[in-house]
Amino acid sequence: MYDIKNIRSLFPMLKNKKMQGKNLVFLDNASTTFKPQSVIDAVVNYYSNETSNSHRGDYDLCYNMDVKINDVRNNVANFVKCNPNEVVFTSGDTMSLNTIAYGYGLKFLKPGDEIILTEAEHASNMLPWFKVAKITGAKIVYIELDENLKITVENFKKVISKNTKIVSIAHIGNILGYINPIEEIAAICHSFGAILVLDGAQSVPHIETNFKKWDVDFLTFSGHKMCGPTGIGCLIGKYELLIKMDSFITGGGMNVTFDKNGHVEELLPPAKFEAGTLDLAGISGLNEAINLLTSIGMDEISKHDKELHDYAVKKLENNPNIIIYNKDTDTGILTFNVKGVFPQDEATLLNSKGIAVRSGQHCAKAFTKLCENNATVRMSTYLYTSIEDIDAFVDALINGGDILDAYFA
Amino acid sequence: MPISLDNNMMRQIIMDHYSNPINKHQPKDDGFAKVHMHSDNCIDDLDIFLKVNNDVVVDACFDGVACTISTASTDIMCDLLKGKTKNEALYMIEQYHHMMHEENFDADVLEEAIVFINTSKQAARIRCATIGWNAADNILKEKK
Repeated sequence: MYDIKNIRSLFPMLKNKKMQGKNLVFLDNASTTFKPQSVIDAVVNYYSNETSNSHRGDYDLCYNMDVKINDVRNNVANFVKCNPNEVVFTSGDTMSLNTIAYGYGLKFLKPGDEIILTEAEHASNMLPWFKVAKITGAKIVYIELDENLKITVENFKKVISKNTKIVSIAHIGNILGYINPIEEIAAICHSFGAILVLDGAQSVPHIETNFKKWDVDFLTFSGHKMCGPTGIGCLIGKYELLIKMDSFITGGGMNVTFDKNGHVEELLPPAKFEAGTLDLAGISGLNEAINLLTSIGMDEISKHDKELHDYAVKKLENNPNIIIYNKDTDTGILTFNVKGVFPQDEATLLNSKGIAVRSGQHCAKAFTKLCENNATVRMSTYLYTSIEDIDAFVDALINGGDILDAYFA
Repeated sequence: MPISLDNNMMRQIIMDHYSNPINKHQPKDDGFAKVHMHSDNCIDDLDIFLKVNNDVVVDACFDGVACTISTASTDIMCDLLKGKTKNEALYMIEQYHHMMHEENFDADVLEEAIVFINTSKQAARIRCATIGWNAADNILKEKK
């Protein structure tokens, strides 16, 4: 039994918050998520009781911090099913992807090599590859999406070749929320000698992750999309690849020694990729976010997201004014337009009712096949979203009135 | 001065300028200065064109992709700019910005643009209501 009432009671942002004078209904969870009190307390506790740097002192506070980082690394490893020394702490998904693009791509790509992406990728999984392709002379190739705008294994097989060196795709797309067939794609990648980079920004928070079983080479995600703090995320990489690739950001904490002639001996992974002071408060908070997700259960969370998505579809699909682009998605992302209404205008109308959704191109500006102007409204759920939230959203969409009510009501 | 416009009239004016923006087109002859504007938080992606002769705005138009508020506000702005001197135009734009941010403003010069007086209720849309106005401001200051 999914105890939504108890879950909601853990989140201060769900307690009597108002927006535009109305009860806040937060349906922009693909963008970011609320934090439970346990995460907030962990962050505050670092600043109130545990403040110290890591790796840099001979006193107890610092030692305790090192122990804690180690514990959280183990917790992350258990959560995504990898070895602890394969967990690199970064500032988030974007930094993780840049670290792979510059640390691995820049080192190994040659002119004529190919990087496979899809047109539906988020900017964070496109722009770093554009830069690296430009520098190395590698070429970007796109998997053609099928008529339902999904990635299929068949279409993937059409573009992969012996020239393919890197395939980088989202596990769950941030616009339509489809779960991509990652295990099959990984196996095909490896049969061509390519590596698979999995952008897990939308998947790690919502579905069970199994880095080892899926046999992906790199996995990236952000803490803030899974009830954790902003500014912390992870790069998971197969250890032999982390050894092989270059560091990206360099500085203190990632080297064994260096001299004035420029000779640097780097630490082993993961420290090799963790230059500078880590976001220690963020790491403390991420730990509690993982504890919450684990205590609820990832399968329960995925089921909850899908139930809410399907419930919204059922309520809206017969309305002739609403165009839904992803009725059959297995996640909590619902993307739509209201006929004749500009998506930003619809989002403003929903804002006037206290409902937070995202409108626009959702950072996937190369994805032009969906609709006119490439812009939609996106509603996205999470573990604390209630049926009442969806009811309020559906009611506002159907009975919300004129878009100018937002300014004149 | 239409300060006595009621809400229904203001809504009607916005919808008219959104549904039928008469200034939304490419320039019909030469001599226009152009500024491209796009928004970080909306899909607005517009070109604004002003033609200034002897210190007077003789024509104004715009084209591109824009939401209700940005289309209507830019269309109304184009109407109001035509025939104004650069100084009059810049003064009007300044007063419009004061209105956006709920500061004291000179309503007399804003004419029909007064319909956007409620934009601050939806603060995320102030950018939409000012995108064309900022473009015109850039062009006029550049030419000053």
